Amino acid sequence: MKVEQISVFLETRAGRLADVTRTLGEAGVNIRALSLADTTDFGILRLIVTDHEKAKQALKENGFTVGRTNVVAAEVEDRPGGLHAILTMLSQSGINVEYMYAFVQQSGKNAVLIFRFDRTDEAIETLQKNGVRIIPGEELYNI
Amino acid sequence: MVFDVQKETLPRDELETLQLKRLNYLLHKIYHNVPFYHQKFKELGIEPDRLQAISDIKHLPFTEKQDLRNNYPFGMFAVPRESVVRIHASSGTTGKATVVGYTQRDVEIWAGLMARSFEAAGATRADIVHNAYGYGLFTGGLGAHYGAEALGATILPVSGGATKRQVMLMRDFGSTILCCTPSYSLHLYETALAAGISISDLKLRVGIFGAEPWTEEMRQDIQNKFGIKALDIYGLSEIMGPGVAMECIAAQEGLHIWEDHFLPEIIDPESEEPLALGEKGELVITTLTKEAQPLLRYRTRDITRLNPIPCRCGRTHYRIERITGRSDDMLIIRGVNVFPSQIESILLETEGLSPHYQLVIDREGGMDTLEVRVEVHESMFSDEIKHLQRLEKKIQNHIKEFLGVTAKVTMVEPMGIARSEGKAQRIIDHRKQ
Repeated sequence: MKVEQISVFLETRAGRLADVTRTLGEAGVNIRALSLADTTDFGILRLIVTDHEKAKQALKENGFTVGRTNVVAAEVEDRPGGLHAILTMLSQSGINVEYMYAFVQQSGKNAVLIFRFDRTDEAIETLQKNGVRIIPGEELYNI
Repeated sequence: MVFDVQKETLPRDELETLQLKRLNYLLHKIYHNVPFYHQKFKELGIEPDRLQAISDIKHLPFTEKQDLRNNYPFGMFAVPRESVVRIHASSGTTGKATVVGYTQRDVEIWAGLMARSFEAAGATRADIVHNAYGYGLFTGGLGAHYGAEALGATILPVSGGATKRQVMLMRDFGSTILCCTPSYSLHLYETALAAGISISDLKLRVGIFGAEPWTEEMRQDIQNKFGIKALDIYGLSEIMGPGVAMECIAAQEGLHIWEDHFLPEIIDPESEEPLALGEKGELVITTLTKEAQPLLRYRTRDITRLNPIPCRCGRTHYRIERITGRSDDMLIIRGVNVFPSQIESILLETEGLSPHYQLVIDREGGMDTLEVRVEVHESMFSDEIKHLQRLEKKIQNHIKEFLGVTAKVTMVEPMGIARSEGKAQRIIDHRKQ
């Protein structure tokens, strides 16, 4: 039920992000979702792509430091309070969100939340128990 | 004025006779009292016979900083440990500091030579000396302290830090002489301006600056900003501390090396052969009167030349010119000696770090800054910012703890460190313009 996310270390300087997108474009890899976390001197780009193996290889060949992390994708109705309901379930179970980002699906009815938890398996269990649909990796890569 | 007229103005022939006498006594002493030298002489098949001329010293072995480390902590002492009244040490990683011991007489001679240095700077007992050299294992603070007392001046042992308060004290006490690193003086200046303290309210007239390299341009800058005479002082803890050589205010052109206590040589650092008088090379010093830890032909790694031209101040002791470089890769950052290899070993001791690093040194607002750039590799990479920041903080703490300097640690991409001809460019020093 987990989703493979790749993360890329980036120095804070002009053109670095474009280098990543060019590399992925040339490798024929499509980006499903992304988030960029930054500090004063470096950033971490987190990506969910159509083909993470290919993306990782292409980025490494171009000298990037690439990591892989398991994240969880949860579907939520695109309406006010949708995210809040999920966060409430998690906090009641004492599960920490390390970071998260979201995107809205093309149909426009549902939003997809990408979570990085401190305890991934317990988080999945909690969400499923509460009737939240977890999107499997394969489905997400091929949306 | 001259503190010790008799010794400081000895005719050259008498000075050299005195040096030879002291050198022969030193050789005898270290051969019989320091196992390190005893063994070294034996290995080289040298008997410490009486040298006939000072120039014969060229046949004798050198002493290197590594020899001091190898004999850590007290192996270089030539006297029983009970006779040592003080120990100073310089930083090192994992306990391998460079240790220096002093007998009571060593401490007294040091104070006398620092008093000489103060007097060469035009100081008298009427002066108030603001001493911002660090007090502690570092020789700067206590060296200047006892020298000023020996002269009879009023000493303010302010040490480093709390810069704004320092400026206020200088103003309120009417300090006339400032002792610190040249870069710290500029920091004091900036701080004074920021605090709204007028430089014209200060009574400073002379600055005695040392413990780090500086340029003639920087001297002019300091002199203009403070309206003082800025003088250069030289010393190194292995030999004694500050006060090995001092620029006189009369000529302000090179530092008199106190030759009745230190025998200087200039060698080619590569061939290790002595160079002709006046040629530029590495300064090698033999201590002539040290009791606790005498050193024979110590490789200072500082690049300079000896100037034999008689000085207008009347002192006969040769002058060394301002230190213009090093024959090794040692950096001096805010007065602290830092070897890139020390940083490297700190990085390697931190789990998962690559040996690819770069040191960027700059000067901001008169203060040296050190940035340590470390390449991020997969083994240490995390998609969580806090992990990387924790790692940066950890390295920073280790550097502070072992080397005593504050560094900014920055993570960079692999190969982000410029490699020239396959070799990484380890050091970028923007201070050398």
